[in-house]
Amino acid sequence: MEFVTQHAVLVVSVVKIVILLFLTLTTLAYLTWFERKVVAHIQSRWGPYYVGAHGLLQPLADGVKFLFKEDLTPPGADKFLYILAPFLALSLALTTIALIPFGPATIKILGQPTQLIVANVNIGLMFVFAITSIGVYGVALAGWSSNSKYPLLGGLRSSAQMISYEVALTLSVVGVVLLAGTLNFSEMVGDQSGYYRYLPFLPRWHVFPQCIGFLCYFTSAIAETNRVPFDLPEAETELVAGFHTEYSSFKFAMFFMAEYANMLTVSFLATILFLGGWLSPFPETWTFLQYLPAVALLGLGIYLGYDAAVVARGIARIQLIVITFGALVLGALCLLPAVMPVIQGPFWFLLKVGCLIFFYVWTRGTLPRFRYDQLMSFGWKLLLPVSLANLVGTALWIIFPLLVKHG
Amino acid sequence: MSLPFILFFVFALISVGGALLLILAREPIHSALALILVMMSLAVLYLMLGAEFIAAVQIIVYAGAIMVLFVFVIMLLNAGTEERTDFSKIAKYAGLPLGIFLLLELAHWMAHSLIGKTPANGAGSANVMVSTRDLSMQLFQKYLFPFEATSILILIAILGALVLAKRDE
Repeated sequence: MEFVTQHAVLVVSVVKIVILLFLTLTTLAYLTWFERKVVAHIQSRWGPYYVGAHGLLQPLADGVKFLFKEDLTPPGADKFLYILAPFLALSLALTTIALIPFGPATIKILGQPTQLIVANVNIGLMFVFAITSIGVYGVALAGWSSNSKYPLLGGLRSSAQMISYEVALTLSVVGVVLLAGTLNFSEMVGDQSGYYRYLPFLPRWHVFPQCIGFLCYFTSAIAETNRVPFDLPEAETELVAGFHTEYSSFKFAMFFMAEYANMLTVSFLATILFLGGWLSPFPETWTFLQYLPAVALLGLGIYLGYDAAVVARGIARIQLIVITFGALVLGALCLLPAVMPVIQGPFWFLLKVGCLIFFYVWTRGTLPRFRYDQLMSFGWKLLLPVSLANLVGTALWIIFPLLVKHG
Repeated sequence: MSLPFILFFVFALISVGGALLLILAREPIHSALALILVMMSLAVLYLMLGAEFIAAVQIIVYAGAIMVLFVFVIMLLNAGTEERTDFSKIAKYAGLPLGIFLLLELAHWMAHSLIGKTPANGAGSANVMVSTRDLSMQLFQKYLFPFEATSILILIAILGALVLAKRDE
Protein backbone atom coordinates (compact mmCIF):
# COMPACT_ATOMS: atom_id res chain seq x y z
CA MET A 1 0.00 0.00 0.00
CA GLU A 2 2.92 2.28 0.75
CA PHE A 3 4.19 1.63 -2.77
CA VAL A 4 0.86 2.75 -4.21
CA THR A 5 0.86 6.05 -2.35
CA GLN A 6 4.50 6.77 -3.19
CA HIS A 7 4.31 5.96 -6.90
CA ALA A 8 0.77 7.17 -7.55
CA VAL A 9 1.48 8.36 -11.11
CA LEU A 10 3.05 5.04 -12.08
CA VAL A 11 0.26 2.98 -10.53
CA VAL A 12 -2.45 5.09 -12.17
CA SER A 13 -0.73 4.68 -15.56
CA VAL A 14 -0.61 0.93 -15.14
CA VAL A 15 -4.28 0.84 -14.10
CA LYS A 16 -5.22 2.88 -17.18
CA ILE A 17 -3.16 0.63 -19.45
CA VAL A 18 -4.79 -2.51 -18.05
CA ILE A 19 -8.32 -1.09 -18.44
CA LEU A 20 -7.62 0.16 -21.97
CA LEU A 21 -6.01 -3.14 -23.01
CA PHE A 22 -8.94 -5.14 -21.67
CA LEU A 23 -11.47 -2.91 -23.43
CA THR A 24 -9.49 -2.91 -26.69
CA LEU A 25 -9.04 -6.69 -26.81
CA THR A 26 -12.75 -7.23 -26.13
CA THR A 27 -13.63 -4.70 -28.83
CA LEU A 28 -11.27 -6.46 -31.27
CA ALA A 29 -13.00 -9.79 -30.62
CA TYR A 30 -16.43 -8.27 -31.16
CA LEU A 31 -15.31 -6.37 -34.26
CA THR A 32 -14.95 -9.76 -35.98
CA TRP A 33 -18.54 -10.52 -34.99
CA PHE A 34 -19.66 -7.08 -36.21
CA GLU A 35 -17.91 -7.47 -39.54
CA ARG A 36 -19.30 -10.96 -40.16
CA LYS A 37 -22.80 -9.82 -39.24
CA VAL A 38 -22.74 -6.69 -41.44
CA VAL A 39 -21.17 -8.42 -44.46
CA ALA A 40 -23.70 -11.23 -44.06
CA HIS A 41 -26.62 -8.80 -44.11
CA ILE A 42 -25.17 -7.03 -47.16
CA GLN A 43 -25.14 -10.44 -48.87
CA SER A 44 -28.65 -11.38 -47.64
CA ARG A 45 -27.43 -13.97 -45.14
CA TRP A 46 -27.79 -14.18 -41.36
CA GLY A 47 -24.13 -14.49 -40.37
CA PRO A 48 -23.14 -16.06 -37.03
CA TYR A 49 -26.38 -17.29 -35.51
CA TYR A 50 -26.08 -20.48 -33.47
CA VAL A 51 -23.45 -19.77 -30.81
CA GLY A 52 -25.36 -17.74 -28.27
CA ALA A 53 -28.07 -15.18 -28.97
CA HIS A 54 -27.42 -13.41 -32.31
CA GLY A 55 -24.14 -15.38 -32.45
CA LEU A 56 -22.76 -13.18 -29.68
CA LEU A 57 -20.62 -15.97 -28.24
CA GLN A 58 -18.99 -16.65 -31.62
CA PRO A 59 -15.78 -14.62 -30.85
CA LEU A 60 -15.36 -16.66 -27.67
CA ALA A 61 -15.77 -19.94 -29.56
CA ASP A 62 -13.29 -18.73 -32.20
CA GLY A 63 -10.76 -17.83 -29.50
CA VAL A 64 -11.02 -21.28 -27.92
CA LYS A 65 -10.66 -22.88 -31.35
CA PHE A 66 -7.51 -20.85 -32.10
CA LEU A 67 -5.97 -21.81 -28.77
CA PHE A 68 -6.51 -25.53 -29.24
CA LYS A 69 -5.37 -25.83 -32.86
CA GLU A 70 -1.99 -27.32 -33.67
CA ASP A 71 0.72 -24.68 -33.88
CA LEU A 72 2.69 -25.54 -37.01
CA THR A 73 6.11 -24.22 -38.00
CA PRO A 74 7.01 -24.95 -41.63
CA PRO A 75 10.33 -26.78 -42.19
CA GLY A 76 13.16 -24.45 -43.18
CA ALA A 77 11.47 -21.45 -41.58
CA ASP A 78 13.59 -18.91 -39.76
CA LYS A 79 12.29 -19.84 -36.29
CA PHE A 80 13.15 -16.62 -34.47
CA LEU A 81 11.69 -14.29 -37.08
CA TYR A 82 8.73 -16.60 -37.64
CA ILE A 83 7.75 -16.20 -33.98
CA LEU A 84 8.78 -12.54 -33.79
CA ALA A 85 6.58 -11.40 -36.71
CA PRO A 86 3.09 -11.86 -35.16
CA PHE A 87 4.24 -10.43 -31.83
CA LEU A 88 5.65 -7.40 -33.61
CA ALA A 89 2.47 -6.89 -35.62
CA LEU A 90 0.11 -7.11 -32.63
CA SER A 91 2.18 -5.25 -30.04
CA LEU A 92 2.86 -2.31 -32.36
CA ALA A 93 -0.79 -2.14 -33.39
CA LEU A 94 -1.86 -2.02 -29.73
CA THR A 95 0.81 0.50 -28.68
CA THR A 96 -0.64 3.31 -30.81
CA ILE A 97 -3.92 3.18 -28.89
CA ALA A 98 -2.07 4.46 -25.79
CA LEU A 99 -1.67 7.85 -27.52
CA ILE A 100 -5.37 8.36 -28.29
CA PRO A 101 -7.37 10.82 -26.11
CA PHE A 102 -10.94 9.60 -25.52
CA GLY A 103 -12.40 12.67 -23.90
CA PRO A 104 -11.69 16.03 -22.27
CA ALA A 105 -12.82 15.02 -18.77
CA THR A 106 -10.51 14.58 -15.81
CA ILE A 107 -11.31 11.58 -13.62
CA LYS A 108 -9.91 10.43 -10.30
CA ILE A 109 -8.25 7.04 -9.92
CA LEU A 110 -6.91 6.30 -6.41
CA GLY A 111 -7.35 9.96 -5.53
CA GLN A 112 -5.07 10.99 -8.40
CA PRO A 113 -6.64 13.28 -11.04
CA THR A 114 -5.95 11.92 -14.50
CA GLN A 115 -7.07 12.37 -18.11
CA LEU A 116 -8.75 9.88 -20.43
CA ILE A 117 -5.48 9.15 -22.25
CA VAL A 118 -2.56 6.90 -21.34
CA ALA A 119 0.26 9.02 -22.75
CA ASN A 120 -0.37 12.68 -23.61
CA VAL A 121 2.68 13.27 -25.81
CA ASN A 122 3.57 16.68 -27.29
CA ILE A 123 4.01 15.18 -30.72
CA GLY A 124 1.34 12.47 -30.57
CA LEU A 125 0.77 12.46 -34.32
CA MET A 126 4.46 11.93 -35.10
CA PHE A 127 4.64 9.08 -32.61
CA VAL A 128 1.63 7.33 -34.11
CA PHE A 129 3.25 7.58 -37.54
CA ALA A 130 6.56 6.34 -36.13
CA ILE A 131 4.93 3.28 -34.62
CA THR A 132 2.78 2.46 -37.65
CA SER A 133 5.77 2.85 -39.96
CA ILE A 134 7.51 0.09 -37.99
CA GLY A 135 4.38 -2.04 -38.34
CA VAL A 136 5.33 -3.01 -41.90
CA TYR A 137 7.97 -5.36 -40.54
CA GLY A 138 5.41 -7.65 -38.95
CA VAL A 139 3.92 -8.45 -42.35
CA ALA A 140 7.20 -8.39 -44.30
CA LEU A 141 9.02 -10.66 -41.85
CA ALA A 142 6.08 -13.06 -41.68
CA GLY A 143 6.26 -13.40 -45.45
CA TRP A 144 10.00 -13.85 -45.54
CA SER A 145 10.48 -16.20 -42.59
CA SER A 146 7.80 -18.70 -43.66
CA ASN A 147 10.12 -20.14 -46.35
CA SER A 148 7.27 -20.52 -48.80
CA LYS A 149 6.50 -18.76 -52.05
CA TYR A 150 2.97 -17.45 -51.46
CA PRO A 151 3.84 -15.77 -48.16
CA LEU A 152 6.97 -14.31 -49.73
CA LEU A 153 4.96 -12.79 -52.58
CA GLY A 154 2.36 -11.52 -50.11
CA GLY A 155 5.03 -9.96 -47.90
CA LEU A 156 6.65 -8.30 -50.91
CA ARG A 157 3.37 -6.89 -52.15
CA SER A 158 2.49 -5.66 -48.71
CA SER A 159 5.79 -3.84 -48.12
CA ALA A 160 5.62 -2.19 -51.56
CA GLN A 161 2.02 -1.16 -50.97
CA MET A 162 2.66 0.19 -47.48
CA ILE A 163 5.68 2.25 -48.59
CA SER A 164 3.70 3.72 -51.47
CA TYR A 165 0.61 4.65 -49.50
CA GLU A 166 2.43 5.86 -46.42
CA VAL A 167 3.66 8.86 -48.41
CA ALA A 168 0.14 9.93 -49.40
CA LEU A 169 -1.15 9.17 -45.89
CA THR A 170 1.40 11.41 -44.21
CA LEU A 171 1.06 14.23 -46.74
CA SER A 172 -2.72 14.30 -46.49
CA VAL A 173 -2.49 14.88 -42.74
CA VAL A 174 -0.01 17.77 -42.93
CA GLY A 175 -2.83 20.09 -44.07
CA VAL A 176 -4.60 19.52 -40.75
CA VAL A 177 -1.38 20.10 -38.85
CA LEU A 178 -0.99 23.44 -40.64
CA LEU A 179 -4.54 24.46 -39.73
CA ALA A 180 -4.28 23.36 -36.10
CA GLY A 181 -0.67 24.51 -35.61
CA THR A 182 0.11 21.62 -33.27
CA LEU A 183 1.01 17.93 -33.23
CA ASN A 184 -0.72 17.20 -29.92
CA PHE A 185 -4.02 15.31 -30.24
CA SER A 186 -5.86 17.06 -27.41
CA GLU A 187 -4.95 20.52 -28.72
CA MET A 188 -5.97 19.43 -32.22
CA VAL A 189 -9.44 18.51 -30.99
CA GLY A 190 -9.65 21.72 -28.98
CA ASP A 191 -8.87 23.67 -32.17
CA GLN A 192 -11.99 22.22 -33.80
CA SER A 193 -14.51 23.43 -31.20
CA GLY A 194 -17.08 26.09 -32.03
CA TYR A 195 -18.80 27.07 -35.28
CA TYR A 196 -17.92 29.05 -38.39
CA ARG A 197 -18.71 32.74 -38.13
CA TYR A 198 -20.68 32.94 -41.38
CA LEU A 199 -22.13 29.42 -41.28
CA PRO A 200 -23.21 29.13 -37.64
CA PHE A 201 -24.72 25.64 -38.08
CA LEU A 202 -21.43 24.12 -39.33
CA PRO A 203 -19.01 22.90 -36.64
CA ARG A 204 -15.38 23.91 -37.21
CA TRP A 205 -14.25 20.36 -37.90
CA HIS A 206 -11.25 20.04 -40.16
CA VAL A 207 -13.14 17.73 -42.47
CA PHE A 208 -14.88 20.72 -44.11
CA PRO A 209 -11.86 22.83 -45.17
CA GLN A 210 -9.79 19.66 -45.62
CA CYS A 211 -12.33 17.45 -47.44
CA ILE A 212 -9.76 16.50 -50.10
CA GLY A 213 -7.26 15.71 -47.37
CA PHE A 214 -9.85 13.56 -45.60
CA LEU A 215 -10.62 11.57 -48.74
CA CYS A 216 -6.90 11.04 -49.43
CA TYR A 217 -6.29 10.11 -45.80
CA PHE A 218 -9.05 7.56 -45.55
CA THR A 219 -8.30 5.95 -48.92
CA SER A 220 -4.62 5.53 -48.13
CA ALA A 221 -5.51 4.40 -44.61
CA ILE A 222 -7.60 1.56 -46.05
CA ALA A 223 -4.59 0.63 -48.19
CA GLU A 224 -2.24 0.86 -45.19
CA THR A 225 -4.37 -1.57 -43.21
CA ASN A 226 -4.52 -4.04 -46.14
CA ARG A 227 -8.29 -4.01 -46.36
CA VAL A 228 -10.62 -4.51 -49.31
CA PRO A 229 -10.31 -3.12 -52.02
CA PHE A 230 -6.55 -2.94 -51.35
CA ASP A 231 -6.08 -6.37 -49.76
CA LEU A 232 -3.59 -7.54 -52.38
CA PRO A 233 -1.15 -9.01 -49.78
CA GLU A 234 -3.72 -11.65 -48.89
CA ALA A 235 -5.62 -12.03 -52.16
CA GLU A 236 -6.92 -15.56 -51.74
CA THR A 237 -7.53 -16.15 -55.45
CA GLU A 238 -3.86 -15.50 -56.21
CA LEU A 239 -1.83 -16.12 -53.06
CA VAL A 240 -3.86 -18.62 -50.94
CA ALA A 241 -3.80 -16.34 -47.88
CA GLY A 242 -0.78 -14.17 -48.58
CA PHE A 243 1.73 -13.44 -45.85
CA HIS A 244 -0.02 -15.50 -43.17
CA THR A 245 -0.54 -18.65 -45.27
CA GLU A 246 1.79 -20.75 -43.09
CA TYR A 247 0.56 -19.43 -39.76
CA SER A 248 -1.88 -21.41 -37.69
CA SER A 249 -3.36 -21.43 -34.21
CA PHE A 250 -2.83 -18.38 -32.04
CA LYS A 251 -0.13 -16.79 -34.20
CA PHE A 252 -2.70 -16.47 -36.97
CA ALA A 253 -5.14 -15.02 -34.47
CA MET A 254 -2.52 -12.42 -33.54
CA PHE A 255 -2.26 -11.24 -37.16
CA PHE A 256 -6.03 -11.15 -37.31
CA MET A 257 -6.22 -9.04 -34.15
CA ALA A 258 -3.43 -6.76 -35.41
CA GLU A 259 -5.44 -6.05 -38.57
CA TYR A 260 -8.48 -5.04 -36.55
CA ALA A 261 -6.38 -3.01 -34.11
CA ASN A 262 -4.92 -1.12 -37.07
CA MET A 263 -8.42 -0.44 -38.37
CA LEU A 264 -9.31 0.96 -34.96
CA THR A 265 -6.20 3.16 -34.81
CA VAL A 266 -6.82 4.57 -38.28
CA SER A 267 -10.44 5.37 -37.41
CA PHE A 268 -9.37 6.97 -34.09
CA LEU A 269 -6.89 9.12 -35.98
CA ALA A 270 -9.42 10.13 -38.64
CA THR A 271 -11.88 11.11 -35.90
CA ILE A 272 -9.33 13.20 -34.01
CA LEU A 273 -7.80 14.89 -37.05
CA PHE A 274 -10.85 15.52 -39.21
CA LEU A 275 -14.10 14.80 -37.38
CA GLY A 276 -13.68 16.82 -34.22
CA GLY A 277 -12.69 14.00 -31.85
CA TRP A 278 -14.88 13.95 -28.76
CA LEU A 279 -16.79 17.15 -29.68
CA SER A 280 -20.54 16.99 -30.20
CA PRO A 281 -21.79 18.36 -33.55
CA PHE A 282 -24.67 20.14 -31.78
CA PRO A 283 -24.54 23.47 -29.91
CA GLU A 284 -23.69 23.43 -26.22
CA THR A 285 -27.01 25.08 -25.41
CA TRP A 286 -28.81 21.84 -26.21
CA THR A 287 -28.24 20.50 -22.70
CA PHE A 288 -30.81 17.73 -23.09
CA LEU A 289 -28.30 15.95 -25.34
CA GLN A 290 -26.27 14.93 -22.30
CA TYR A 291 -28.95 12.30 -21.62
CA LEU A 292 -28.26 10.75 -25.03
CA PRO A 293 -25.75 8.03 -23.91
CA ALA A 294 -28.14 6.91 -21.15
CA VAL A 295 -31.14 6.95 -23.49
CA ALA A 296 -29.25 4.96 -26.13
CA LEU A 297 -28.20 2.29 -23.60
CA LEU A 298 -31.66 2.10 -22.02
CA GLY A 299 -33.25 1.82 -25.47
CA LEU A 300 -30.88 -1.01 -26.33
CA GLY A 301 -31.78 -2.68 -23.04
CA ILE A 302 -35.51 -2.42 -23.72
CA TYR A 303 -35.11 -3.80 -27.26
CA LEU A 304 -33.05 -6.73 -25.98
CA GLY A 305 -35.52 -7.32 -23.18
CA TYR A 306 -38.30 -7.58 -25.77
CA ASP A 307 -36.09 -9.94 -27.75
CA ALA A 308 -35.50 -12.12 -24.70
CA ALA A 309 -39.18 -12.24 -23.76
CA VAL A 310 -40.66 -12.92 -27.20
CA VAL A 311 -38.13 -14.31 -29.70
CA ALA A 312 -35.28 -16.15 -27.97
CA ARG A 313 -35.41 -19.70 -26.60
CA GLY A 314 -33.23 -21.77 -24.25
CA ILE A 315 -29.70 -20.65 -23.40
CA ALA A 316 -29.92 -17.68 -25.77
CA ARG A 317 -32.79 -16.36 -23.64
CA ILE A 318 -30.72 -16.53 -20.43
CA GLN A 319 -27.84 -14.81 -22.18
CA LEU A 320 -30.08 -12.07 -23.52
CA ILE A 321 -31.56 -11.47 -20.06
CA VAL A 322 -28.03 -11.02 -18.69
CA ILE A 323 -27.11 -8.56 -21.48
CA THR A 324 -30.39 -6.67 -21.02
CA PHE A 325 -29.69 -6.32 -17.33
CA GLY A 326 -26.14 -5.09 -18.07
CA ALA A 327 -27.35 -2.51 -20.61
CA LEU A 328 -30.03 -1.21 -18.21
CA VAL A 329 -27.53 -0.90 -15.34
CA LEU A 330 -25.01 0.90 -17.58
CA GLY A 331 -27.74 3.22 -18.85
CA ALA A 332 -28.77 4.02 -15.28
CA LEU A 333 -25.11 4.64 -14.39
CA CYS A 334 -24.89 7.18 -17.23
CA LEU A 335 -27.67 9.15 -15.52
CA LEU A 336 -25.61 9.64 -12.33
CA PRO A 337 -24.43 13.25 -11.99
CA ALA A 338 -20.84 12.09 -11.34
CA VAL A 339 -20.67 9.96 -14.49
CA MET A 340 -22.70 12.04 -16.95
CA PRO A 341 -20.11 14.76 -17.79
CA VAL A 342 -17.33 12.15 -18.09
CA ILE A 343 -19.22 9.92 -20.50
CA GLN A 344 -20.09 12.67 -23.04
CA GLY A 345 -16.63 12.81 -24.69
CA PRO A 346 -16.10 9.05 -25.10
CA PHE A 347 -19.71 8.67 -26.31
CA TRP A 348 -19.34 11.05 -29.28
CA PHE A 349 -15.80 9.86 -29.98
CA LEU A 350 -16.78 6.20 -30.13
CA LEU A 351 -19.94 7.00 -32.12
CA LYS A 352 -17.83 8.62 -34.86
CA VAL A 353 -15.29 5.79 -34.74
CA GLY A 354 -18.15 3.31 -35.02
CA CYS A 355 -19.43 5.03 -38.17
CA LEU A 356 -15.96 4.85 -39.74
CA ILE A 357 -15.62 1.15 -38.84
CA PHE A 358 -19.02 0.54 -40.40
CA PHE A 359 -17.78 2.31 -43.54
CA TYR A 360 -14.76 -0.03 -43.57
CA VAL A 361 -16.99 -3.09 -43.46
CA TRP A 362 -19.37 -1.58 -46.00
CA THR A 363 -16.56 -1.15 -48.55
CA ARG A 364 -15.54 -4.74 -47.93
CA GLY A 365 -19.07 -5.88 -48.67
CA THR A 366 -19.41 -3.87 -51.89
CA LEU A 367 -16.10 -3.25 -53.69
CA PRO A 368 -14.06 -5.72 -55.77
CA ARG A 369 -10.28 -5.97 -55.35
CA PHE A 370 -7.87 -3.80 -57.36
CA ARG A 371 -5.37 -5.28 -59.78
CA TYR A 372 -1.81 -4.81 -58.59
CA ASP A 373 -0.73 -2.31 -61.27
CA GLN A 374 -3.97 -0.36 -60.74
CA LEU A 375 -3.15 -0.20 -57.04
CA MET A 376 0.33 1.18 -57.67
CA SER A 377 -0.68 3.74 -60.28
CA PHE A 378 -3.64 4.85 -58.13
CA GLY A 379 -1.33 5.47 -55.19
CA TRP A 380 1.50 7.21 -57.00
CA LYS A 381 -0.27 8.96 -59.87
CA LEU A 382 -3.50 10.09 -58.21
CA LEU A 383 -3.37 10.10 -54.40
CA LEU A 384 0.14 11.49 -54.05
CA PRO A 385 -0.27 14.50 -56.42
CA VAL A 386 -3.72 15.30 -55.04
CA SER A 387 -2.55 15.29 -51.43
CA LEU A 388 0.51 17.35 -52.39
CA ALA A 389 -1.71 19.90 -54.16
CA ASN A 390 -3.95 19.95 -51.08
CA LEU A 391 -0.93 20.67 -48.89
CA VAL A 392 0.28 23.53 -51.11
CA GLY A 393 -3.26 24.96 -51.33
CA THR A 394 -3.66 24.86 -47.55
CA ALA A 395 -0.30 26.54 -47.02
CA LEU A 396 -1.23 29.33 -49.47
CA TRP A 397 -4.63 29.72 -47.81
CA ILE A 398 -2.94 30.24 -44.43
CA ILE A 399 -0.16 32.49 -45.68
CA PHE A 400 -2.36 34.72 -47.88
CA PRO A 401 -3.91 36.88 -45.08
CA LEU A 402 -0.43 37.39 -43.61
CA LEU A 403 0.92 38.54 -46.97
CA VAL A 404 -1.97 40.95 -47.44
CA LYS A 405 -1.50 42.37 -43.96
CA HIS A 406 2.21 42.99 -44.39
CA GLY A 407 1.77 44.40 -47.89
CA MET B 1 21.98 5.89 -9.84
CA SER B 2 19.10 7.74 -11.39
CA LEU B 3 16.70 6.21 -13.85
CA PRO B 4 17.86 8.21 -16.92
CA PHE B 5 21.44 7.14 -16.12
CA ILE B 6 20.52 3.45 -16.09
CA LEU B 7 18.35 3.84 -19.22
CA PHE B 8 21.21 5.51 -21.04
CA PHE B 9 23.49 2.56 -20.44
CA VAL B 10 20.80 0.03 -21.33
CA PHE B 11 20.13 1.65 -24.70
CA ALA B 12 23.79 2.41 -25.36
CA LEU B 13 24.55 -1.28 -24.82
CA ILE B 14 21.64 -2.28 -27.07
CA SER B 15 22.87 -0.02 -29.86
CA VAL B 16 26.45 -1.28 -29.62
CA GLY B 17 25.22 -4.87 -29.46
CA GLY B 18 22.99 -4.28 -32.47
CA ALA B 19 25.91 -2.79 -34.40
CA LEU B 20 28.04 -5.85 -33.63
CA LEU B 21 25.20 -8.16 -34.64
CA LEU B 22 24.85 -6.20 -37.89
CA ILE B 23 28.44 -7.03 -38.85
CA LEU B 24 28.55 -10.57 -37.50
CA ALA B 25 25.18 -11.91 -38.68
CA ARG B 26 25.34 -14.15 -41.73
CA GLU B 27 21.80 -13.74 -43.01
CA PRO B 28 21.37 -10.35 -44.71
CA ILE B 29 17.90 -9.95 -43.22
CA HIS B 30 19.27 -10.43 -39.70
CA SER B 31 21.83 -7.72 -40.42
CA ALA B 32 19.06 -5.39 -41.61
CA LEU B 33 17.03 -6.06 -38.46
CA ALA B 34 20.09 -5.43 -36.28
CA LEU B 35 20.50 -2.06 -38.00
CA ILE B 36 16.87 -1.25 -37.22
CA LEU B 37 17.60 -2.10 -33.58
CA VAL B 38 20.53 0.33 -33.59
CA MET B 39 18.37 3.10 -35.05
CA MET B 40 15.56 2.54 -32.59
CA SER B 41 17.87 2.67 -29.58
CA LEU B 42 19.49 5.80 -30.99
CA ALA B 43 16.01 7.32 -31.21
CA VAL B 44 15.50 6.54 -27.52
CA LEU B 45 18.81 8.27 -26.73
CA TYR B 46 17.67 11.35 -28.67
CA LEU B 47 14.44 11.30 -26.69
CA MET B 48 16.39 11.22 -23.43
CA LEU B 49 18.30 14.28 -24.62
CA GLY B 50 15.01 16.11 -24.99
CA ALA B 51 14.80 16.00 -28.79
CA GLU B 52 11.43 14.34 -29.23
CA PHE B 53 10.86 15.51 -32.82
CA ILE B 54 14.27 14.23 -33.92
CA ALA B 55 13.55 10.92 -32.19
CA ALA B 56 10.23 10.49 -34.02
CA VAL B 57 11.78 11.51 -37.35
CA GLN B 58 14.67 9.10 -36.77
CA ILE B 59 12.18 6.23 -36.44
CA ILE B 60 9.90 7.34 -39.30
CA VAL B 61 12.65 8.05 -41.83
CA TYR B 62 15.36 5.53 -41.02
CA ALA B 63 13.63 2.59 -39.35
CA GLY B 64 10.28 3.06 -41.07
CA ALA B 65 11.17 4.04 -44.62
CA ILE B 66 14.80 3.42 -45.56
CA MET B 67 15.17 0.09 -43.77
CA VAL B 68 11.85 -1.11 -45.17
CA LEU B 69 13.36 -0.61 -48.62
CA PHE B 70 16.46 -2.58 -47.56
CA VAL B 71 14.32 -5.44 -46.29
CA PHE B 72 12.19 -5.21 -49.43
CA VAL B 73 15.23 -5.56 -51.71
CA ILE B 74 16.63 -8.42 -49.65
CA MET B 75 13.29 -10.21 -49.96
CA LEU B 76 13.03 -9.40 -53.67
CA LEU B 77 16.47 -10.82 -54.46
CA ASN B 78 15.88 -13.68 -52.02
CA ALA B 79 19.47 -13.18 -50.86
CA GLY B 80 20.96 -16.24 -49.22
CA THR B 81 23.55 -16.64 -46.51
CA GLU B 82 26.72 -14.58 -46.85
CA GLU B 83 29.90 -16.35 -47.85
CA ARG B 84 32.81 -15.83 -45.52
CA THR B 85 36.29 -15.14 -46.83
CA ASP B 86 39.54 -14.89 -44.93
CA PHE B 87 40.33 -11.40 -43.79
CA SER B 88 42.45 -9.46 -46.23
CA LYS B 89 45.99 -8.76 -45.10
CA ILE B 90 45.51 -4.99 -45.10
CA ALA B 91 42.51 -5.27 -42.82
CA LYS B 92 44.45 -7.50 -40.44
CA TYR B 93 47.68 -5.53 -40.14
CA ALA B 94 46.64 -1.95 -40.84
CA GLY B 95 42.91 -1.84 -40.07
CA LEU B 96 42.92 -3.14 -36.53
CA PRO B 97 45.60 -0.77 -35.12
CA LEU B 98 44.06 2.16 -36.97
CA GLY B 99 40.63 1.32 -35.59
CA ILE B 100 41.96 1.14 -32.06
CA PHE B 101 43.83 4.42 -32.59
CA LEU B 102 40.63 6.12 -33.80
CA LEU B 103 38.69 4.84 -30.81
CA LEU B 104 41.32 6.07 -28.36
CA GLU B 105 41.49 9.47 -30.00
CA LEU B 106 37.71 9.86 -29.92
CA ALA B 107 37.65 8.86 -26.26
CA HIS B 108 40.46 11.31 -25.52
CA TRP B 109 38.76 14.27 -27.15
CA MET B 110 35.37 13.50 -25.68
CA ALA B 111 36.82 13.18 -22.21
CA HIS B 112 38.75 16.41 -22.73
CA SER B 113 35.82 18.44 -23.87
CA LEU B 114 33.11 17.13 -21.55
CA ILE B 115 34.67 16.46 -18.14
CA GLY B 116 34.15 19.16 -15.57
CA LYS B 117 31.65 21.05 -17.66
CA THR B 118 27.99 21.09 -16.82
CA PRO B 119 25.93 21.24 -19.97
CA ALA B 120 24.22 24.55 -20.59
CA ASN B 121 20.43 25.06 -20.37
CA GLY B 122 19.86 21.62 -18.88
CA ALA B 123 20.66 19.69 -22.06
CA GLY B 124 21.60 16.12 -21.31
CA SER B 125 18.69 15.58 -19.01
CA ALA B 126 15.17 15.10 -20.30
CA ASN B 127 13.91 17.98 -18.17
CA VAL B 128 13.84 20.26 -21.19
CA MET B 129 11.98 19.08 -24.26
CA VAL B 130 12.84 21.05 -27.37
CA SER B 131 9.48 21.95 -28.86
CA THR B 132 8.86 21.30 -32.53
CA ARG B 133 7.98 24.98 -32.97
CA ASP B 134 11.41 26.15 -31.70
CA LEU B 135 13.15 23.58 -33.85
CA SER B 136 11.36 24.68 -37.01
CA MET B 137 12.01 28.34 -36.19
CA GLN B 138 15.73 27.58 -36.09
CA LEU B 139 15.55 25.40 -39.19
CA PHE B 140 13.64 27.86 -41.36
CA GLN B 141 15.26 31.10 -40.20
CA LYS B 142 18.80 30.64 -38.99
CA TYR B 143 19.66 27.51 -40.98
CA LEU B 144 17.42 28.10 -43.99
CA PHE B 145 20.20 28.04 -46.59
CA PRO B 146 21.83 24.73 -45.51
CA PHE B 147 18.34 23.23 -45.17
CA GLU B 148 17.29 24.18 -48.71
CA ALA B 149 20.69 23.22 -50.11
CA THR B 150 20.31 19.74 -48.59
CA SER B 151 16.86 19.30 -50.08
CA ILE B 152 18.15 20.32 -53.54
CA LEU B 153 20.97 17.80 -53.10
CA ILE B 154 18.45 15.05 -52.37
CA LEU B 155 16.35 16.13 -55.35
CA ILE B 156 19.42 15.85 -57.59
CA ALA B 157 20.03 12.33 -56.27
CA ILE B 158 16.43 11.35 -57.08
CA LEU B 159 16.69 12.80 -60.59
CA GLY B 160 19.98 10.96 -61.11
CA ALA B 161 18.38 7.67 -60.08
CA LEU B 162 15.52 8.35 -62.54
CA VAL B 163 17.94 9.08 -65.39
CA LEU B 164 19.88 5.88 -64.69
CA ALA B 165 16.71 3.82 -64.54
CA LYS B 166 15.31 5.29 -67.79
CA ARG B 167 18.49 4.80 -69.84
CA ASP B 168 17.57 1.38 -71.26
CA GLU B 169 14.56 2.52 -73.25
